[in-house]
Amino acid sequence: MAAQQLLLNVDNVSRVFGGLKAVSDVNMQIQDGELVGLIGPNGAGKTTLFNLLTGVYEPSGGKIHLSGESVGGLRPYQITKRGAARTFQNIRLFGDMTVLENVMVAYHMHARHSLFTSIFRLPGHFKGEAEMREKAVEFLKIFNLDGKKDEIAKNLPYGEQRRLEIARALAARPKLLLLDEPAAGMNPQETVDLMNLIRWIRDEFKITILLIEHDMGLVMGVCERIYVLDHGQIIASGTPEEIRTNPHVIEAYLGQEV
Amino acid sequence: MFNKKFFLYLVLSLVFYGVVQFLITGMWLNDFYVDTLVLIGINIILAVSLNLINGFTGQFSIGHAGFMSIGAYVSAIMTYNFQMSFPVALLAGCVAAALAGLVIGLPTLRLKGDYLAIATLGFGEIIRIVWLNTEYVGGASGMNGIDKLTNWTWTFFLVLITILVIQNIVKSTHGRAMISVRENEIAAEAMGVNVTKYKVYAFVVGAFFAGLAGGLTAHYFYIIQPTSFNFMKSFEILVFVVLGGLGSTGGVVLGTILLTLLFTYLQEYPELRMIIYSLILIFTMIFRPQGLLGGFSAKKMVKKGGSSQDGSSTTSA
Repeated sequence: MAAQQLLLNVDNVSRVFGGLKAVSDVNMQIQDGELVGLIGPNGAGKTTLFNLLTGVYEPSGGKIHLSGESVGGLRPYQITKRGAARTFQNIRLFGDMTVLENVMVAYHMHARHSLFTSIFRLPGHFKGEAEMREKAVEFLKIFNLDGKKDEIAKNLPYGEQRRLEIARALAARPKLLLLDEPAAGMNPQETVDLMNLIRWIRDEFKITILLIEHDMGLVMGVCERIYVLDHGQIIASGTPEEIRTNPHVIEAYLGQEV
Repeated sequence: MFNKKFFLYLVLSLVFYGVVQFLITGMWLNDFYVDTLVLIGINIILAVSLNLINGFTGQFSIGHAGFMSIGAYVSAIMTYNFQMSFPVALLAGCVAAALAGLVIGLPTLRLKGDYLAIATLGFGEIIRIVWLNTEYVGGASGMNGIDKLTNWTWTFFLVLITILVIQNIVKSTHGRAMISVRENEIAAEAMGVNVTKYKVYAFVVGAFFAGLAGGLTAHYFYIIQPTSFNFMKSFEILVFVVLGGLGSTGGVVLGTILLTLLFTYLQEYPELRMIIYSLILIFTMIFRPQGLLGGFSAKKMVKKGGSSQDGSSTTSA
């Protein structure tokens, strides 16, 4: 791994909905190449924090820097262009498009041919489209989905839809990949496969991953560092060992379960 | 696009054009048939362009008659008051309508689903009322004695160009961006698609061709009146699109041809006309909500607005 560099810096970020502080004064530093988990009981504000990082919500206070550049208040597509792509807790594929087209949409922002070029079918159009298609097919091969490239995305089985969503996010060539409960709805075997996939993605694509997860086995098994969020605040952070024995974390989780 | 199939279609359509033109020159087709053919052509331009907005980009717009009227009035003013040539006048009408699309699109495209529908509907009515109250264009009685410059040749080739342009957009990365907006706006934005930009593109291109259809109409029927561009006209175009199939150019062309023919031949039974028309629509919506050749259901577009915005997965297993 290259020299450690700060990729994502979340500085005192808050988000208020009416009178409710969904995320309050969160600080988070993620280095280049890390694989970090974000856990917390239901309603702790994990997805809200994700939405802040990806521009779906604007922070009520605080600063977010991606590779040293401030991204707070930018639109989601602008943040994606600056190198952060995500998946969703409830899968959001382009249901009526084919598997290949889903991935090709992720290449759209790198497209060099303009609308004008496409309307008049200038040479740039054919070159650009062919390049995109080729890259997308290559990409699907990595995820073992190339055999299904012409299938309509919504007809895929659940597990493959999850994989396709991750593939689509990766096709945007992000520096930071944000996975929102990637193992939701998966059986134990699929979860193990997913863990291996995530680790493999990090090593293969040399990217940084931040993932939200409920499945403790997955988080402890795959993440190098974990942040614990409860009632909108970071209550603990550290290695899986530290988190497992942290009294605050145990309290937060037991408080919920008992 | 430029493959064997494309050239086959091109040759077929040119043969069709030639045959019809031959029949018209030889006086084998009387005015009634020519009128019907031109009307079908104009309706195809309207429906195919609305389909870019409603069918491909998933924005529920019902103000198409407004854009059409801008094209009609502006091009008529150009030929009637300024003695411009027909192509220049048509182009002016298109550009004016496209500009209106831009001006209307920017603020209203923040709205979704039914809300956008109401806003565009209101816009269409505003345009109509502006014409109604402008003395320069004849107020309620409209403009009379516009030169009849539209003919089968103009109509045919402009229909061809419209379909080509729309298809070229749709079958490109820009078209996929538009479709991704329809499929899931939040995911599209998260994948780096500038959602607002593509909605505006769709609106501007759609309005441009609606303006073209307006210009052709004005120069075919001698007369244009504000009442011909009312809500019913917008609705009629929407019906072509929904019946043909949202997001399917082929389906929309087919639906437009069938419905225009039906409408023309039922003209002798005005009482029955609307009943039959309505029944067809009701049965389509019940038995084939995706339209004749459509890829996606009309129900989805209406539902997409408002409530289901950030919950429930779009992937119905």
